[in-house]
Amino acid sequence: MRRTITATVNNTTGVMNRITGLFARRHFNIESITVGMTENPEVSRMTFVVNVSDQRGLDQVIKQLNKQVDVLKVRDITDEAIVARELAMIKVMTGSGQRGEISDLIAPFRATVIDVGRESVTIQVTGDTPKVEALIDLLRPYGIKEMARTGVTAFQRATKKSNDQTRYSIIN
Amino acid sequence: MNTRVREVKGRELKDENQEMSGSSMLIQALARENVDTIFGYPGGAILPTYDEIYRTGIRHILSRHEQGAIHAAEGYARVSGKPGVCVVTSGPGATNVVTGIADAMIDSLPLVVVTGQVATSVIGTDAFQEADILGITMPITKHNFQARTVEDLPRIIREAFHIATTGRPGPVVIDLPKDVSIASGMFHYDDEPNLPGYQPTYTPNKLQIRKLAEAVTKAKRPVILSGAGILHAGASPELLEFVEQQQIPVASTLLGLGGFPGTHELALGMAGMHGTYAANMALHEADLLINIGARFDDRVTGNLEHFAPQATVAHIDVDPAEIGKIIETHIPVVGDAKEALRLLNEVNPQPGESVRWRMKVDEWQQEFPLWYKEGSEYIKPQKLTELVYEKTNGEAIITTDVGQHQMWAAQYYKFDHPNAWVTSGGLGTMGFGFPAAIGAQFAEPDRQVVAILGDAGFQMTMQELSILQELNLPVKVLLVNNASLGMVRQWQQLFYEERYSNSLFPIQPDFVKMAEAYDIKGYKITDENEVAGVLEEAFNYNGPVVIDCRVHEEENVYPMIAPGQGHHQMEGVKP
Ligand SMILES: Cc1ncc(C[n+]2csc(CCOP(=O)(O)OP(=O)(O)O)c2C)c(N)n1
Repeated sequence: MRRTITATVNNTTGVMNRITGLFARRHFNIESITVGMTENPEVSRMTFVVNVSDQRGLDQVIKQLNKQVDVLKVRDITDEAIVARELAMIKVMTGSGQRGEISDLIAPFRATVIDVGRESVTIQVTGDTPKVEALIDLLRPYGIKEMARTGVTAFQRATKKSNDQTRYSIIN
Repeated sequence: MNTRVREVKGRELKDENQEMSGSSMLIQALARENVDTIFGYPGGAILPTYDEIYRTGIRHILSRHEQGAIHAAEGYARVSGKPGVCVVTSGPGATNVVTGIADAMIDSLPLVVVTGQVATSVIGTDAFQEADILGITMPITKHNFQARTVEDLPRIIREAFHIATTGRPGPVVIDLPKDVSIASGMFHYDDEPNLPGYQPTYTPNKLQIRKLAEAVTKAKRPVILSGAGILHAGASPELLEFVEQQQIPVASTLLGLGGFPGTHELALGMAGMHGTYAANMALHEADLLINIGARFDDRVTGNLEHFAPQATVAHIDVDPAEIGKIIETHIPVVGDAKEALRLLNEVNPQPGESVRWRMKVDEWQQEFPLWYKEGSEYIKPQKLTELVYEKTNGEAIITTDVGQHQMWAAQYYKFDHPNAWVTSGGLGTMGFGFPAAIGAQFAEPDRQVVAILGDAGFQMTMQELSILQELNLPVKVLLVNNASLGMVRQWQQLFYEERYSNSLFPIQPDFVKMAEAYDIKGYKITDENEVAGVLEEAFNYNGPVVIDCRVHEEENVYPMIAPGQGHHQMEGVKP
């Protein structure tokens, strides 16, 4: 199962090293890690998307994270009301003739063209993972030349409504 | 007992809130942590600290290799329950203690290891004797620090001791750059470390205790697996009370030996690969397994598919990450073993109806005791261990190295008291046993310390004979000399069709001469009839002794669970 876990950690040197080292040596399967500052300069926030086979595997990830002295708080927020976002930049091969078509395609995703070259355009999209992946699937037929994704960063919602289940499809 | 071991020169305690150098802060902090002995080895980057050691006269034991220093610190910690302190220089000094740090980590021994480091101005430039010890030891320490400014140093030292000794104990490294140890700053030594990310749980959840109590009452075939957590928590009295009240048989892990009296009628001895038949069968047939402070190591469990198939599993551990890591656990109890057992004893559950079970367990013990064949022309290593037990009245502190002799010691020396057994369990570190005995002797200057070693393991750290010579330290070194890497040879015999690749030593050094080169009494025994006499002489002599005891070279450790097998598939359970 794929789970989203957040951790607040002391913003000390080497803390990223401690966490990634832990994942590697325990053979935890991570899809993405993001890290960044918070409102408190001494504390960073990390978001992990992990793949675990069962509940015991998930417990281990959380417990091992908690065991780190520099980890202040760990939460599995997968089933909570959260906003989760990632950013992707996708460079797509296009002739000048297809640009209009691509613009139409990405409009419902509120994605933007951030760079235009002679044979390619670069698109930026922000959203949760299903949305980003839906757009990538749509762009794939044009030929994706390069892609960079930030990984997910996530937050609990202020109001506790249930997890948003929005699905994106070609006919948005 | 030798007076030089006791000698602790007066340490001057300086006042707080005054300016002093980083190295002075370190020694002042050690004094405040009641550290009476440092094990270490000097070198360039740590010279300012050594200067401070010289000036204050704090006791420092100079090993002849840093590995010796750290294993001595481990032995000291295991026996005293206090943190072992090890100080070494940067680069090679620091990398030489890596094995010991990993050993302490997996066996949960509290250590504070101070490594010198090159000056902060050149860190990261591949300077002379620079090694990234923070990076190297990150996965094998409970936590590690690099002091980047002298102002941080007192806090770091305080936190290091706190982390090493609380919760599940473990090693903590402090990397101390040379310029930081020279710089001067204000020394405060706050009592309460502020570590919001580190809050060990000691008091177990009452609900879980109640659940466990109910399970005890319901159980018809209960068994306890007693681990080193009992020793770390000092929970032996509570365990004994619980067991006697409930009449539950106790199997022990290798590291847990001594947590419950080995001669008690409910003691089943060691469980696992070379454990007793009764201990392993009890685990296999149990309907309630109460693990207290053990971590379900693979050498204990055998093949997990066959492990305790009918049991409700309860697990008491101060480290929540151990619970459910290996075995699905039905009754998790996070907390200190002493506190958990105290609460359980308070609840005092109605014992389950387990008379028939105890009869069954008894039958296993009677029917399948540990065995070996006596009366051959060779000295039997098992017999040797039994004689050591007899001649020390079971009251010695025993350290071992790793291999066959270790298993025989675990099988035949019945520890009745905690903290008398020092062995490398999790990492299985050859070279551990001899220096660990030195540390143990410093922890308990008045007790008989016997290092039972293989001839190969001894040769990994035997340079520490210098310490015995220098301090006339009365450690007794007993070589169970089978002229081979016995345990390796056994596996090659059993699983590699007797292809003895690099495991036989037909040519050996003269260990007696070697002892004598260090001005240490040496004995060589080849005849079983001599053993008792020599042991007696050695144990009555107030000084170091090396005994080279030539044992049967082809003796194997039995019984045994072969790799991939379960507890019920033991081999060699009878002659
Ligand atoms: C540092 C290290 N290297 C290798 C091993 C693998 N090993 C385990 S037991 C053993 C043989 C030990 O021989 P010896 O010290 O003579 O003890 P014996 O088994 O003969 O009692 C070896 C090589 C180890 N445990 N530790």
